[in-house]
Amino acid sequence: MIECKHLYKSYDNNGVVTEVLKDINFTIKNGEFVAIMGPSGSGKSTLMHILGALDVPTKGEYLLDGSEVARLTDDELASIRNSKIGFVFQAFNLLPRATVLRNVALPLVYAGIGKAEREKIARESLLSAGLEEERFNHLSNQLSGGQMQRVAIARSLVNNPALLLADEPTGNLDSKTGDVVLATFRELNAKGRTIVLITHEQYVANHADRIILIKDGRILSDKSNGNKLI
Amino acid sequence: MKTSDLLEESYSALTANKARSGLTILGIVIGIGSVIALVSIGAGAQQSIETNIQSIGSNLILVSPGSQRSFGGGPNAGQGSAQTLTQEDADAIQKEITMAKAVAPELSRRYQVAAKGENTNTQIVGTTKNYAEVRKVTMDTGSFITDSQVKSYMKVAVLGPSARDDLFGSSTNAIGETIRINKINFKVIGIARAKGGSGFTNQDDMIFVPISAAQQFLAGAGYVSSISIEAESAQSMNAIQAQISNLLLERHHIANPQLADFRVLNQSDIVSAASSVTDIFTMLLASIAGISLIVGGIGIMNMMLTTVTERTREIGLRKAIGATNSSINSQFLTEAILLTFIGGLVGIVFGWLLSLVATNFTGISGKISVSSVLLAFGVSAAIGLIFGYYPARRAARLNPIDALRFE
Ligand SMILES: Nc1ncnc2c1ncn2[C@@H]1O[C@H](COP(=O)(O)OP(=O)(O)O)[C@@H](O)[C@H]1O
Ligand SMILES: [Mg+2]
Repeated sequence: MIECKHLYKSYDNNGVVTEVLKDINFTIKNGEFVAIMGPSGSGKSTLMHILGALDVPTKGEYLLDGSEVARLTDDELASIRNSKIGFVFQAFNLLPRATVLRNVALPLVYAGIGKAEREKIARESLLSAGLEEERFNHLSNQLSGGQMQRVAIARSLVNNPALLLADEPTGNLDSKTGDVVLATFRELNAKGRTIVLITHEQYVANHADRIILIKDGRILSDKSNGNKLI
Repeated sequence: MKTSDLLEESYSALTANKARSGLTILGIVIGIGSVIALVSIGAGAQQSIETNIQSIGSNLILVSPGSQRSFGGGPNAGQGSAQTLTQEDADAIQKEITMAKAVAPELSRRYQVAAKGENTNTQIVGTTKNYAEVRKVTMDTGSFITDSQVKSYMKVAVLGPSARDDLFGSSTNAIGETIRINKINFKVIGIARAKGGSGFTNQDDMIFVPISAAQQFLAGAGYVSSISIEAESAQSMNAIQAQISNLLLERHHIANPQLADFRVLNQSDIVSAASSVTDIFTMLLASIAGISLIVGGIGIMNMMLTTVTERTREIGLRKAIGATNSSINSQFLTEAILLTFIGGLVGIVFGWLLSLVATNFTGISGKISVSSVLLAFGVSAAIGLIFGYYPARRAARLNPIDALRFE
């Protein structure tokens, strides 16, 4: 479903051009669980933004389900992000002062789904992300880190997207809650969802089936994971 | 995105920071409220002046003294204080202006009046029988001044209802009692009916005496302070005005009408002069209030810009989960309009209360018209649109990645 052909991305800040991604080539098929691993500053987040249709490459082709993302309008990109992609961020990015249910249902608001239906889907999604029901009406800033990340995962799944993109999802969690989140990804993948997990930790990457190693914007290696943890 | 969802998102964003939203709304409340209050007080003042002037009489022409203007300086005496109109002028108008239905000269001045230990300061109007007709004075009890009383310098008085209340109390029939005007005894022969005029010139707080008695015993001179003429119809007003001017110019030996030592006004001149004054006043007050409305609008813009900066990450997230630029734009615009709309609503109530308070203090009953309420709504919504436009556009144009990276 994902195809990167000679992707380049550079930033131009007042004439100072920084090449962040250089000649990125890979394909990810439906149902894969891939980790993109590399040290900080290597361009992982930049790559994820392109994969998630938040940004377009400066050069090269990025095909999502066969269509070239760079050619789409802003509104078409918004609709792809809404229907095909779920994001999980390191900083959770929940709306503060809004309830858990409202946070999770937010993508459905932009999908134009009615209120009652939204709440039903949001509840199911929260249950499958493993959050206890008594927390559903809490405000998001009253939760622990682990609970917040479960809410964020529930939100990323609420539109039933084919592709889940997670940028350092365990970065703000202790190792135990991190493990639970990673196990959740494994379960979701077992149910057929494509997952791209971005991390700088070998331990986290080892939860995936395939590891793409990236450094200074170039792919160093791309092979299946021999030391799979779960 | 559905409209109901748009309203809900905007509403919850506004309630997230109640203090700030409240203060921003307050700016609009004060702006809209003062516009509503001042316009309504202006309209009320205009109305009250007009009814006051109408209640003086109908088809009325008023001749009042004016200081003789002289070329080459010399201070002019104050308008109306001059003593250029005489009893003879009044008699001449009565005799020669045949188109006039009735002519009533008067000599008015304020005096101290006492009765049975009560004391008041009121307007003493020395006049003739015709005054009752020309100025629409009707009698409650007793009778108005007669021609024979004027001829014989009789010291009799007709009390306006307010003057009666002040001197004798409202329950007493004061007829036959004696009042002392400027230490001279007058006998009460009648009580006039209330005209109900309120505000600037209370036509009920007056005492009428024969003009001859006023000239002889009170003023000590034979001048008159104004002459009221009732025309047969509105059509004959202009002709009568011209005839009076010519007659008086001739009598006063003035060749150049520019130098006339009197003024001939008709009622509609007075109404329009008074309305133009209140119009200017209303405009002035409303524009001051309008400035506070603009200040309120700038408050909205300031708050919205701060909000956009503070919520940059939220905007990035909304875009990441599928918000289009236009739905972000609509949300922030709706927030701004919601603020001004609530402000407008509360402002109308606030303005109404203000005009009630003003009514209490000034006696002018404020008039809140439907059009001023609609205008206030329109203006407040427009302020939301105008001052919310730029912040909303800024929010919509944020690059989702920059917004997500924003710390
Ligand atoms: N808007 C930008 N302008 C210039 N340089 C940028 C911009 N965004 C990211 N970078 C640079 O790109 C590099 C890769 O960033 P990023 O993709 O966030 O790395 P990672 O997620 O692997 O830590 C960094 O050196 C960063 O400074
Ligand atoms: Mg990163």
